Parts: sequence; structure tokens; C-alpha cells
Amino acid sequence: MSIQVSTPPDVAENTITSKVDRAAYLAELINLRSPLAESLSWVQPIREQAVTQLKERSIPSNRDEEWRFTDLATLLKTRFVGLEPGELPDSAAISPFLLAESASSRLVFVDGVYAPDLSDTSGLPDTIKIGSLKDVAVPQHLAQQQGADEVFTLLNTAGVSDGAVVLVPADTVVEAPIHLLFVATGTAETLIQPRVLVVASTGSRVIFVEDFVALGDRAYFTNAVTEVWVEGNAEVGHVRVQREASSAFHIAKTAVSQARDSRYQMTVINLGASLSRHNLEVYQTGEQTDTTLNALTLLGQEQLSDTHSLIAFTKPYGTANQVNKCIVGDRAHAVFNGRIVVPQAAQLTNAAQLSRNLLVSPKARVDTKPQLEITADNVKCAHGATVSQLEEDELFYLQSRGIDATYARTLLTYAFAVEVVNQIEIPSLRDRLVAHLRQLPS
Amino acid sequence: MIRENSEVILSIQDLSAEVDGNPILKGLTLEIKAGEVHAIMGPNGSGKSTLSKILAGHPAYTVTSGSVTFHGKNLLEMEAEERAKSGIFLAFQYPLEIPGVSNLDFLRVAYNAKRKHEGLEELDAFDFDELVQAKLELLKMNPSFLSRSVNEGFSGGEKKRNEILQMALLEPKLAILDEIDSGLDIDALKVVSSGVNALTTPDNAVLLITHYQRLLNYIEPDYVHVMEAGRILTTGSKELAHELEARGYDWVRDEEVEAIAR
Repeated sequence: MSIQVSTPPDVAENTITSKVDRAAYLAELINLRSPLAESLSWVQPIREQAVTQLKERSIPSNRDEEWRFTDLATLLKTRFVGLEPGELPDSAAISPFLLAESASSRLVFVDGVYAPDLSDTSGLPDTIKIGSLKDVAVPQHLAQQQGADEVFTLLNTAGVSDGAVVLVPADTVVEAPIHLLFVATGTAETLIQPRVLVVASTGSRVIFVEDFVALGDRAYFTNAVTEVWVEGNAEVGHVRVQREASSAFHIAKTAVSQARDSRYQMTVINLGASLSRHNLEVYQTGEQTDTTLNALTLLGQEQLSDTHSLIAFTKPYGTANQVNKCIVGDRAHAVFNGRIVVPQAAQLTNAAQLSRNLLVSPKARVDTKPQLEITADNVKCAHGATVSQLEEDELFYLQSRGIDATYARTLLTYAFAVEVVNQIEIPSLRDRLVAHLRQLPS
Repeated sequence: MIRENSEVILSIQDLSAEVDGNPILKGLTLEIKAGEVHAIMGPNGSGKSTLSKILAGHPAYTVTSGSVTFHGKNLLEMEAEERAKSGIFLAFQYPLEIPGVSNLDFLRVAYNAKRKHEGLEELDAFDFDELVQAKLELLKMNPSFLSRSVNEGFSGGEKKRNEILQMALLEPKLAILDEIDSGLDIDALKVVSSGVNALTTPDNAVLLITHYQRLLNYIEPDYVHVMEAGRILTTGSKELAHELEARGYDWVRDEEVEAIAR
């Protein structure tokens, strides 16, 4: 026999509606930050400036256009705690997440804190500066990206106490992909604020993977910020895999600045978290830059995942190609807002954006919106959005070959998803994700 | 090949059907016996492709009256996949592309679905590979076809050959080939036709749906049916196809009118 004990909800504590309450809640989050290590005294003014800017701000509500579809009420209901130094997971615990290609080009962070014993960068050329923010000072780059005044970005900046830094010198080709593994222990409702800074100097080439994984399943909150600088004629491949615990919150900013003739290719896979938001901003600051963004979001249960992207052209001859795919099941909800800005100066640019969404349950929901702001007159800018169930004709084709309807659905859903995963050029990661997709329910 | 006492494979009686409330088939009757090759010709919109889709079980079409029996069983009660596993095969006029699924995986899944239905053990990847290589030669197909995604980026001719490759693997009792010749150059048409001919046996049957007489120079039909406005207007031998080519469909219509007038 079991006895259920329930306590009446304390309304005053659980519902935060007013702007004052939201500001107070934000102030509480700021106070959860970890103290600065001595070697990070250069970060102190950056943190304090963010704290000052945050005084005017509060947690956004549905009344903010940028947050129209993403209700942060569940986040506001959770009381988060600061990090307590605890026992680090051993290497066996993290081994399922490791990538063979990055065996000696890996940084591991546990709850946002650098774990040198789990990291290995011995396979990388000595000229590359890679490691914890505590060991590599980057005052000229940290928090210098445009859009740094967004509220969650500021929250992260106000609490910067560690982070991953990768500085690739000019004309250097880094053969091994760099794996930045962020492990959430997930044993308490902690606020975790990972920070990443990648600088690919002129003419260099590097591929890096940001990988957010969890060991426990508490409702922790990852608030991540990643800044990428792609200098002239450099090439950066960037894979971002979000597989947080199912009850976790994940809010992230990726800000990319591309100088002339540079190439940036990103593949995003969103799988985890009960609520996730990705603010992805790419600023083309020079001529003839090329941006490729591919994303796959796979949702079930009551998950909500929101991607807000911005591609900002400023100079002529830029190109951008963006494909955002969502597969939404159960009562889950996907949001995509794809903004592309082409000002007068950015003539002869060529941009294409495609939002493709597959609803695999009648209660699933998608909100997708292209947002093109074009003032230049000699540009190509194509966009499209589809929201569909599986095509009847595709199903019929498979069924007419004797494949039963259920399996046909699974196969077509898999096919829809695997196109994005196949963009990832790291076999072990790709195979792992493919294996995950093969278990998709239809 | 027409033989007096061979088994009836497919029997369509007075079949009417509609899509989205529009009647397409209006009392069509057709019987196909083992070993026979039938060709249905007719102008666009006559209902040829609809017939093929109804036989294969496309859910968009509603049968309003009539019956279809396949090997004595009520075909209309069966789901598309059951029909396929029981031996009906439709080569699509426009085969669909399935990015992300390799042709080899697709063919193996389809082949094993049929094996399972017949109570046979499924073939593993190794054994299947051996089988499929032999079939590739029949259609002069490059093995690289297998590793590509199903029909993705295939030329028109490659797609049609891929359809016949599936037919070769599934060994249907009744193969319905919907405009298998459209968009093919003469070389590709020869390859596809000789593939179909090699797969024809006294135990199975072929229903060709075509717009052009040219195909019938390579796959010789025992019967040619002319279809218009949802039913079969007239039936003849393969010479009928030549006459159609020379005189056009209007000629059949006029004959019909005359016959009624008489």
C-alpha cells in the first residue's frame, strides 16, 4: 500500500507574473554565480559591466515578441541553486560520450567547470592555445560579439568563472575535430553556465563539437554562450549537439562573426531538455563570406524547443544556406524564427532558407516564421516553410513494396532526419546519432 | 502467351471508382490469366493510371461499385502492403525519392517482407547482396546504385530500371507497369524491356499501361485494350496498337459510335 502525500501549491511562490517578480528572479540567478579565480581578475570588469546592464532587465515573458511562443513559466517555477564543489564523475561515467576522432583533442567540463583529468589535448599541435579560460586569457575577445546585451547572454557573462578557449593561429589546419564535452551531473537544480570562445585566425581551418550531455535527471538549467570568430579566409566547422536530461532547461546563445572570404558551417542537433532555446546569430562582417546552417530538432512528450536564428549580411557577395528541420511528436512544440537581414550595402548576396517540419502526432505543434529584412535591391533571397504529416504518396510507395505502414512511417521519418545528421563529418558522432534515429518511434 | 485453360490471376468486374468525389472509372471489366501480357492504351485522363493505383491499393481512391478478385481473393479488402506481399507489383510512373534510405536497405526490407509473408526465413545482408548482384546484371545496373539513396538524384531511366530491379527481386504474380517507357531513350527502353521479358513466365502476368505503341515492339502483348472515360472501349491483338498509332484514338471512338448506331 502506498500513501500519496500532496501539499497544496503555494500560489505566491509558484507564479511569477509581474515584471517586478521577473526582475527579482533574474537577480537571484545572478547571485548564484561562482566566485572568480585569482587568475581571472581580467574578467572582473566584464562581469561587473554585465551585472550593471542586467539591473535594467528582467526575464522575458510572452509579451516580448522574441519570446512569443516560448513560455518561461516552468523555468520561473524552479528555484535553482549555485554549484557546490562535488565529486567529479570518473572516466568510465563519461566514456559513452567520447568520440574516437577526438581521443586526444578533448576538453571536458563538469557542470561548466573545467575537468583537466578528463580532458586530453595531447594530439593537437603546440601552436594551438586550448584549455580553460583560467589558463588562456582572452580579454580582447570575451563578450565582444554583437548581441551580447541579450538578457540570458548577459546572465552568463555576469557569471563567467570558467570556459573553453580554442585559439587557432593563422594558416593552421587542425586535423582532429575538437570535442568540447559539457557534462551536467544533474544531481540538483543547479544553474550551469558554460562559456566557449573559439578564434580561427586568418587562413586556418578547424572543426569543433559542442556536446551537452547529462548523467542525472534533475531539472538543472544550462545557460550557455558560445562566441566564434572566423577571421579572413578561415574555415570553421561547428557541430552542436544538445542532449540534456529530459527535465532540464537549456538556453543558449551562439554568436558567430565572419570576416571576409571565410566559411562557416554549422550543424545543430537538438534532442534533450524539457525546454530549450537556441539563439543563433551569424554576422558576416566582410565580403564574400559563406554561411551554412543545418539543424535537426527532435521532440516528444511535452518538450518545447525554440530556435531563433539571425544571419546578418553587411557586405557584398555573401552567401548563406540554412535548413531547419523539426520532427515533433506527442504534445511537443517546436518554434523556429529565421531572420535574415540584407542591408543596402550587401548587394549580390545569395541566401536560401528552408524550414521543414514533420508532425508525427495530432497534438504536436510547430510555429515557424521566416523574417526577411531586405533593403538591397540586387540580391537573391529564397525562403520556404513546410509543415506536414508524412506524404501519403511516399507511404504508398513503400507499402506497395510490401513494407507495412508502421515501418514505412519509421523509415520515412528516419530519412527526413538523417539528411541533417549526414552533414556531420565525424563518423563516430554521426553513427551514434544515426543509431539514435533508427530507434525513432513513428 | 494465351493458353486456354490457364489460371485466372486477376478478374475485374464492372469496376467504378472515384477520387475526391470525381468518378474516374466507370464500369471497367478485365480478366487476366497466367502467362498473359496485357496492354492498356488510351489518351490522357482516360483512367489508366488510376486503374493501376486502385489495383495496388492507393488510399486516395474509393471504389464505388464492382469487384476485383486476385487469385480468387477479394483484392479490395486488402491493404496495399498485403497486396504486394501476395504478389501484386506496381512499377510507378513517377517513382518516389527517399533521401536518407539506401537503395540496398530498401530492397532488402521489401524482399524480406515478402519472404516473411511466405513463411520463409529472412535473408541476411550477405546473402541478400549475392542475390541482388545477380539481378543487377539483368538490368545492366551499376552496383553503385545500391549505396545511393532510393531514387535520389537518379535520372529518369535509372528510376525506371530501379523499378524493374524491384520487380526482379519481388517476383510478382501480376506486374503492373505504369508508363514504364515514358521518358526513356531507345537504349534504356531496350534494357528495361528485356528485363521485363526475362521475368515473364507461364505462371505470372503483366499489365502494361502505356501511351505509346513503341513499348509494344519490345514487350509483345497478347491483348491490347483501349481505354477511354473510365472503361475499356475495345480489345484486340497487338495489331490494334499499330492501328491506334497510325489512326489515333479518335478512330476507336468513331468505330464505337458506329457500332452503337448500327
